[in-house]
Amino acid sequence: MIKVQDLYKSFDGAEVLQGVNLEVGTGRILALIGRSGYGKSVLLKHVAGLMKPDRGRVLVDGHDMGRLRGGELLSIRNRLGFLFQSGALFDSMSIFDNVAFPLREKTKLRAKEIRDRVMVELEQVGLLGAEEKFPSQLSGGMVKRASLARALAGDPEIMLFDEPTTGLDPLTGQTILDLIDSCHERLKFTGIIVTHEVPKIFQVVDAVAMIDEGRILFQGTPEEILKSENGTVKSFVTGGMEWLTKDAECYADSMDKIRRRKDIHEL
Amino acid sequence: MDFVRKLGESGIRSLLTLGRMGIFLAKTFAFSVTPPVKLSLFIKQIQFIGFQSISVIFLTGAFTGMVLGYQGFNTLSRFGSDAFLGPMVGLSLIKEMGPVISALMVTGRAGSSITAEIGIMRISEQIDALELMGLNPYRYLIVPRFLAALVCLPLLTAIFDVVGIFGGYLIGVKLLGLSSGVYFGEMVSYVEMKDILEGLIKSLNFGVIIAWVCCFKGYYAGFYTGFGAEGVSKATTQAVVLSSVLILVWDYFLTSTRIFM
Repeated sequence: MIKVQDLYKSFDGAEVLQGVNLEVGTGRILALIGRSGYGKSVLLKHVAGLMKPDRGRVLVDGHDMGRLRGGELLSIRNRLGFLFQSGALFDSMSIFDNVAFPLREKTKLRAKEIRDRVMVELEQVGLLGAEEKFPSQLSGGMVKRASLARALAGDPEIMLFDEPTTGLDPLTGQTILDLIDSCHERLKFTGIIVTHEVPKIFQVVDAVAMIDEGRILFQGTPEEILKSENGTVKSFVTGGMEWLTKDAECYADSMDKIRRRKDIHEL
Repeated sequence: MDFVRKLGESGIRSLLTLGRMGIFLAKTFAFSVTPPVKLSLFIKQIQFIGFQSISVIFLTGAFTGMVLGYQGFNTLSRFGSDAFLGPMVGLSLIKEMGPVISALMVTGRAGSSITAEIGIMRISEQIDALELMGLNPYRYLIVPRFLAALVCLPLLTAIFDVVGIFGGYLIGVKLLGLSSGVYFGEMVSYVEMKDILEGLIKSLNFGVIIAWVCCFKGYYAGFYTGFGAEGVSKATTQAVVLSSVLILVWDYFLTSTRIFM
């Protein structure tokens, strides 16, 4: 479980986070939406322990990420996967070596087992045949998929996604979202997705939180955000085109139906 | 009042940077002497810092020795002491010019690219990715370069010295007509083991300075120098300038205090 309590962070006097409270249940995925520069990625980096808060706490399974050091921090990070907005692949390594890297360094698997495992991961993200290429030889979508394969290679219990579809065409973006969905089905990780992909992202997540001026303005289910009467939330969801409100309501209804059908199917 | 505030701010910032540099060096030492050391990365850095620097060290060593041969011969012959060309070239190279010029050459060739490489990894979040995999960036990026610099600098200095001595020989003996026996004989008489050790200790010190400053500047690229490509380029420039200045200042300090001699 991820719990953010009264989190404050400022940079050179600019208050980016001003008392953020957030909770993501175990095995659930939350979409974190909000305008650019309003602190979504900063919040995500606090959850990963890459930034220390000025005030407040980020608890990951009860551990305060701002205070963890050394071995304790490493053990939490061993259970965590992070998909960077830029991909953050090691540019001096091939795609195969990138995906194999955490397995080589953190497990005692043999070379053949690592090879098999990497090939499975690459197949799942549709990158078989590109394993010998280097990150600079790949398109943006392929880099994101390779990065996803690397993040998932360690079977993470917690996954953090920083704008996984930004800069991609709609079809590639949808492929990435489908991949996240299928990986979540398989691994049942707890996740946070920072995204602008509204309303597409609502098919993938269990909850949505909207950050505005350093605080959580809204937290609820995708259906609830689509039916929200809050002006800021409404205009963000419809992209400022209020005449889409009716469409959003229809979308909420159809999502409700899909979700119920999915629940029945799972039973 | 504004001036005083700015002065205070810059003073505090400098102190913080110094503190951060100190912690960085302490961590590097600590991780260097505790396992696991990434052997393959260490060997790769030996190849990069050491092997690939041999040609530039060879060239600079040869020409430094040749210039010393010329200037030394001209100066010494004024006092009728041209027989001492061998010790003059040998001592100058072994005690001072070998360690210092080798270190400056390695700073320019390898140090700059160490900063640029680590800096690019920093700004493209590759170091964050390492940390988030639960892996220690010091063990993967800093320690192999640090240890490789410690091993390579004395060896490169030794090559510089030998090549320089033969450069001096080429000019003094082959071109200006000094006897070969006098050149080497006097050198053997006057150059002692402690002189060679002095040069070795200096080159080890310079290895620490190069790895420390260049890795630090790359690791914190963006933090002090602004973000993006410009940040990395500024970090690289600062790394080369700071290591070069530190090498010369520390050389004076070591020579004048004879702290390790």
